[in-house]
Amino acid sequence: MKNNNTQNFEFLTLLENDARLTPEQLSVMLDKDVGDIKRQMTAYEKDGVILGYKTLVDWDKTDREYVTALIELKVAPQRDRGFDKVAEKIYNYPEVKSLYLMSGSFDLAVFIEGRTMKEVAYFVAQKLAPIDSIVATATHFVLRKYKDKGTVYGPCEIDQRGTL
Amino acid sequence: MLDYSNILSKKVQTIKPSGIRKFFDLLGERKDVISLTVGEPDFMTPYHIREVGIESLEKGRTFYTSNNGILELRSEICNYLNRRFGLTYNPKDEVIVTVGGSEAIDLGVRALIEPGDEVIIPQPSFVCYGPIVELAHGVPVYIETREEDNFKLTPEALKAAITPRTKLLILPFPNNPTGAILTRDELEAIAAVLRGTNIMVMSDEIYAELTYGIKHTSIATLDGMWERTITISGFSKAYAMTGWRLGYLAAPKELVTQMHKIHQYAIMCAPTVSQLAAIEALQNGDADIEMMAAEYNRRRKYILNGLRKIGIECFEAEGAFYVFPHIGKFGLSSDEFCQRLLDEKGVAIVPGTAFGDCGEGFARISYAYSVEHITTALDKLAEFTSTL
Repeated sequence: MKNNNTQNFEFLTLLENDARLTPEQLSVMLDKDVGDIKRQMTAYEKDGVILGYKTLVDWDKTDREYVTALIELKVAPQRDRGFDKVAEKIYNYPEVKSLYLMSGSFDLAVFIEGRTMKEVAYFVAQKLAPIDSIVATATHFVLRKYKDKGTVYGPCEIDQRGTL
Repeated sequence: MLDYSNILSKKVQTIKPSGIRKFFDLLGERKDVISLTVGEPDFMTPYHIREVGIESLEKGRTFYTSNNGILELRSEICNYLNRRFGLTYNPKDEVIVTVGGSEAIDLGVRALIEPGDEVIIPQPSFVCYGPIVELAHGVPVYIETREEDNFKLTPEALKAAITPRTKLLILPFPNNPTGAILTRDELEAIAAVLRGTNIMVMSDEIYAELTYGIKHTSIATLDGMWERTITISGFSKAYAMTGWRLGYLAAPKELVTQMHKIHQYAIMCAPTVSQLAAIEALQNGDADIEMMAAEYNRRRKYILNGLRKIGIECFEAEGAFYVFPHIGKFGLSSDEFCQRLLDEKGVAIVPGTAFGDCGEGFARISYAYSVEHITTALDKLAEFTSTL
């Protein structure tokens, strides 16, 4: 079910930008009853409009060893199922962090995370490439993440106001 | 050693430095302070505007512009003033692009004031009006706006302040620091006092885009007021462009011709890179204004609610990005309250007295900060007031 209410877009956008906003804070900022806000959140969660509340972590600022890769897949679509069947097979692997159906020169964009490049390369070679309908793969390792989900990754921003 | 006090202008020596600046100096180098003091947006200038500035430098557009500003910019300013507020000005000879709204205030005062002329200034208000008037050898006449009047200028108070020497009324609404606005009806009542006099109006509308629930009215749109009004605005607050230092004034040609001379000799022209970026702001920035104003409005509601919850009364600010809570009931002067809050809890807010003596009992709190930052500051403020 789609919801076109502008106020609700505002509500969802606020939460999308800061999942830590409490129902009490939202109710003040949006002039809504806190009970209504809680009910609305529950309804969105139930309908799958709100799928989760996660934290953006810049792992590069930690000692954790990891690599991320974008894999372009060319896929032969299946009769009646299109790309859905193969997509489902791919997204069920926990190594797959994101999966998109694309227009353009390839069909599926897969973001994979692993501990080492070798681990990712093996995953592509052993898990993805052998899937019947996959015609070709191209693996691109991420060297540095600059921005994700609207947030710039890098040095912490310092409030320079009043100090310049 | 020279005795500079005998060399420097007596007038300049009598001018006090800004009370806001005094408080900033108090903060000094302290890194641990949670500040709610800043009078500028926390948004960066929207990227499409910055990009035009960058491109202009890359293309080497680093020369002077015409004194009054690039004609295309003046045209866009006139389009904007008409589109947003129904004002009509001719870009050719009724607009000057200035170095911030502050220069526009200075130009207007210097072009109008003879020694001894009185200038009516509602207070609490931004710190520059009185000193600029004094530097022009005018006499500031302060009108105290009161919390019980929602910090609005009333026609009665205005009437009582007018004398045969009154030359100019400065109208600083939406107001820094109180957040008060004047509605069309309230402005109409002010206009009724002024019609039939020779008193001019300098309407500082730098916060015109930041009103919540009620659209800003420019006094120059009211009957008989255009001819006596200098409308001042700029890019700092609406487009988050404080550091670009770009403002403007719009007024009848006869006034602009005279102000133009001061601007020409003192400033030459506003920075070219800023002017080019401002064209982009006016052509494609309406959505940015709306996004930022909506965010300020949410924070305004949040901070007003938060202050009331911890027992601090606060007038319902309807404009700008400040609230001006009443802290007098805690038995401390504004200065003491703010100083102790800083020393004991590391939270900085500006004493109301920085904006005029009548700001005693109040403090200015800026909500140009993230909700998280505001929440932390409110928690500490609550801890502090519970000890008083």
